[in-house]
Amino acid sequence: MEEGQVIVGLEVHCQLDTKSKLFCGCSTDYRSDGPNTHVCPVCLGLPGAMPVINKRSIEYAMRVAKALNCTVLDESEFSRKNYFYPDLDKAYQITQYDKPLAKGGYLEIESDEGGEKKVRLTRIHVEEDPGRLVHMGNAERGKYSLVDYNRAGIPLIEIVSEPDMRSPKEARKFLNKLRATLEYLSVFDSEKEGSLRVDANISIKGSERVEVKNITSYKGVEKALTFEITRQKNLLRRGQKVERETRHFLEAQAITQSARSKEQEHDYRYFPEPDLRPLRVKSWVDAISLPELPDARRERFMAQYGCSLNHARTLTGELKLANFFEKVVASDPQRLSPLAATWVADTLIGELNYRDMSLDKVEPAFFTELVEILKKGIITDKSGVEVLRVMLDQRLKNEPCETPAAIVTRLNLAKTTGDTETLTAAIDEAIAQNPKALEDYRTGKTGALNFLVGQVMKKTRGKADPGTLNRMLAEALKNKGA
Amino acid sequence: MVTEHDVQHIAELADVGINKDELGTFTSQFNAILDYFDTLDTVKGNMAAKSELFNVLREDEVEPSLPQDDVLKNAPFKEDGFIKAPRVM
Amino acid sequence: MAGEVAFSPDDKYNAFLTTCKKAPHGSGKLAGVAIAVKDNISTKGIETTCASKILKGYVPPYDAHVVGLLKAAGAAIVGKTNMDEFGMGTTTENSAFGPTLNPCDTSRVPGGSSGGSAAAVAAGMVRMALGTDTGGSIRCPAAFCGIVGLKPSYGRVSRYGLIAYSNSLEQIGPLGKTVTDVSALMGVIAGYDRHDSTSQDKPCDHTPKAEIKGLKIGIPDEYFGKGVDNQVAAVVKKAIGRLEELGATTVPCSIPSMQYALAAYYVTCTCEASSNLARFDGVRYGPAPDTKKSWHDAYQEVRGLAFGTEVRRRIMLGTFALSSGYYGRYYAKAQVARENVRADFNRIFKDVDVIAGPTMPTIAFRLKEKTDPLSMYLADILTVPANLAGIPSISVPCGKANGMPVGLQIMGRMFEDERVMDVAYAYEQAVV
Repeated sequence: MEEGQVIVGLEVHCQLDTKSKLFCGCSTDYRSDGPNTHVCPVCLGLPGAMPVINKRSIEYAMRVAKALNCTVLDESEFSRKNYFYPDLDKAYQITQYDKPLAKGGYLEIESDEGGEKKVRLTRIHVEEDPGRLVHMGNAERGKYSLVDYNRAGIPLIEIVSEPDMRSPKEARKFLNKLRATLEYLSVFDSEKEGSLRVDANISIKGSERVEVKNITSYKGVEKALTFEITRQKNLLRRGQKVERETRHFLEAQAITQSARSKEQEHDYRYFPEPDLRPLRVKSWVDAISLPELPDARRERFMAQYGCSLNHARTLTGELKLANFFEKVVASDPQRLSPLAATWVADTLIGELNYRDMSLDKVEPAFFTELVEILKKGIITDKSGVEVLRVMLDQRLKNEPCETPAAIVTRLNLAKTTGDTETLTAAIDEAIAQNPKALEDYRTGKTGALNFLVGQVMKKTRGKADPGTLNRMLAEALKNKGA
Repeated sequence: MVTEHDVQHIAELADVGINKDELGTFTSQFNAILDYFDTLDTVKGNMAAKSELFNVLREDEVEPSLPQDDVLKNAPFKEDGFIKAPRVM
Repeated sequence: MAGEVAFSPDDKYNAFLTTCKKAPHGSGKLAGVAIAVKDNISTKGIETTCASKILKGYVPPYDAHVVGLLKAAGAAIVGKTNMDEFGMGTTTENSAFGPTLNPCDTSRVPGGSSGGSAAAVAAGMVRMALGTDTGGSIRCPAAFCGIVGLKPSYGRVSRYGLIAYSNSLEQIGPLGKTVTDVSALMGVIAGYDRHDSTSQDKPCDHTPKAEIKGLKIGIPDEYFGKGVDNQVAAVVKKAIGRLEELGATTVPCSIPSMQYALAAYYVTCTCEASSNLARFDGVRYGPAPDTKKSWHDAYQEVRGLAFGTEVRRRIMLGTFALSSGYYGRYYAKAQVARENVRADFNRIFKDVDVIAGPTMPTIAFRLKEKTDPLSMYLADILTVPANLAGIPSISVPCGKANGMPVGLQIMGRMFEDERVMDVAYAYEQAVV
């Protein structure tokens, strides 16, 4: 590793998608309910209450451990991590310390150099989420905090990586791959707000390590790391030292900020949780059957549907997207896949992101119909985009949804392949209105042809079949003595 | 051997508060007790007991939570269903 | 038959912190029996303070598992009894609400930490009571007040709802005037509870039997050594002699791990307590914090004012022992010590069925007699081994020394609570 090399490690906390909390029977479905309505003596930490481990949370964590090639320990146990904070109602968090569920393992990601690389994992363990603090008040009236314990006791899986990443981009890839894997394992719902939290450790080779906490989005990770790396590099360039410290990521401003003395050198006084008994679950590993995971699905998409590596990567990068694609091409995979892959991976995703819209709102059958129409050459690609946009907008605004065929008819988008009269007129008009282009074409500038094609397309509102248009235009130009 | 300063520090770490007039007596009593704890140095062996019980688990089933009133009942300060706490920094 | 018990006693011993003037009851094995519950056991709708200012006014929204069992058996819960604050003490003088007096001699302590429960039974205010025993807190007051008290095998009685002091050591247990009553109450409260992950599936359904012919009793050297008052030792030896007359034989034995048992006990319980008591900050229950202060300052203020001296001391000892660099030296070492204590008992129980000796090294102290904490801790030396090993142990009254009751302690193998009660019963019936 060279001097000045960026070194990144991540600690990722994901909420496990169980029905009840880690140590009690309170429902985990708290997001649409009022504060402190999903709380019981156990997760409120009332004196005398005692934890009992949710079996499914361990099963889920073991699925992850197996999928990530970790070694499950013969015996693991829960420990208390003691510190004082209003959102931590027992003043300790029940977590795993020196005997986690699993150690080792790795996740393969696309490296910056191209190709794949393994990011090694240190460990995986299970712990409980604390409650949620809302900061209130102001300097005059006095500041205070409001606490909601609905989230207290939600099961978390913590996945710690070795410092094997070399850039914000690799970190983002790691996170995306991890998220996808957890979704494929059906243990995690990435659409739930706050279900993922990341702490990052960053250093420049030869300098101190900085911990950045409080990153709660995938985009946030890349932003936080980019800012932090720049900050550190600037310090070093000015001949200053990077201090070993903990910083918080402020999403709105996309900066990291030094966390004050509160974060300094916590002595957590770990000791084994005396109210719980050890786990001996290594024997469960064999019985766990893993579903098809992202990498395997990617390979299958390439083999079965003929997708390119890039398309396959994109399509299998999210469970819902992969399922959607397979449903879309199901009726005739051989015929539809090439076009569908492009339209889903390159076009649909972009249009959904632009509208901040969920894939859930798009019915695979409707999309199949659109692909069929495109495959048959009834409309141009440009019209295809227009139809897609209409489809999405109708669903976004909860308006009545037309079929793609109906939209094509209503907007009169069918290609004017047969109507050479309108096309000839448009071509003649375009040439007449653009004498310079004609001149350029005559002098051999082929760009002039494309320009004129564009002009004719405008006049025909994109409906002209490109093949026919090009042929007829070339013909017309020749006739004009070009 | 711990000093009064050490005892003060431990009190802060444990957030229990100890006032100046108690500090002297507290420290000497503390030291006597810690000296007694040193008898543990004579313990032979390094095996703690292996737990008889293990894999004590419950099924992932939802059970009723407390009504919000019960959660808030004993709290001295509350607001809109939240429990109010002094500001954190 | 369901009904109500009227309860307005003249509580001149300060045994109770809360009384229920009209205590409802159902039908069942304990129908209508007035039972007092130590104030560290959660009772829904009834103030539960652990004799601490930091829980003054705290009304639990749930019942401890054993309280549910009492109710199902038809018992009438007539009040919550006084104790050493959070169970930390051997005399009930550490209560924030005044000490309980020993009904046998009101210038003396009733023992602790379940002093209120023991006094209530000894004074005849109730027939039975629940206490808790972490290092002797049922057996000590039973011995000092001249009644019967059982510390069950660890795991036989659910701790769900017991406000934790030291999770790996404590058990809820019965106190009563007779072994029969203690056994009946044990029968109601013992058994598996799915809310307690340390709970064992070992219910108790036992009528004590006085037959001890052929029983082998181990007599440990350490229980009759120099720390034990001569008169107390003499009374207990005489009681053991009575057991021999009934057909038992005695075998001398030794528990070498006694030399560090007390240290192991105090390290373990202070470490666990320092963590268990960290939640008391006034935010969700307890005295109101000053919300104008910052979190840390408000927190420290509440705890500094509302915790008593002994509680603060033990929290600090535990915090120190768990702090960075010390874990291996103290807590981890203490768990090894416990294993050695277990091993010693296992070895002895190969040759004997029970172990007998005094419950306490002395009779009840006078109020305010013991002011030095360490010397107070040393009084627990004979009771802590049973907690460290988890084995059952009972104290049954066996005579007097200097006019005050003396307790005979019988310890048994893990889960042999019934046998331990039988031996106590045999003695009790022989001297009746």
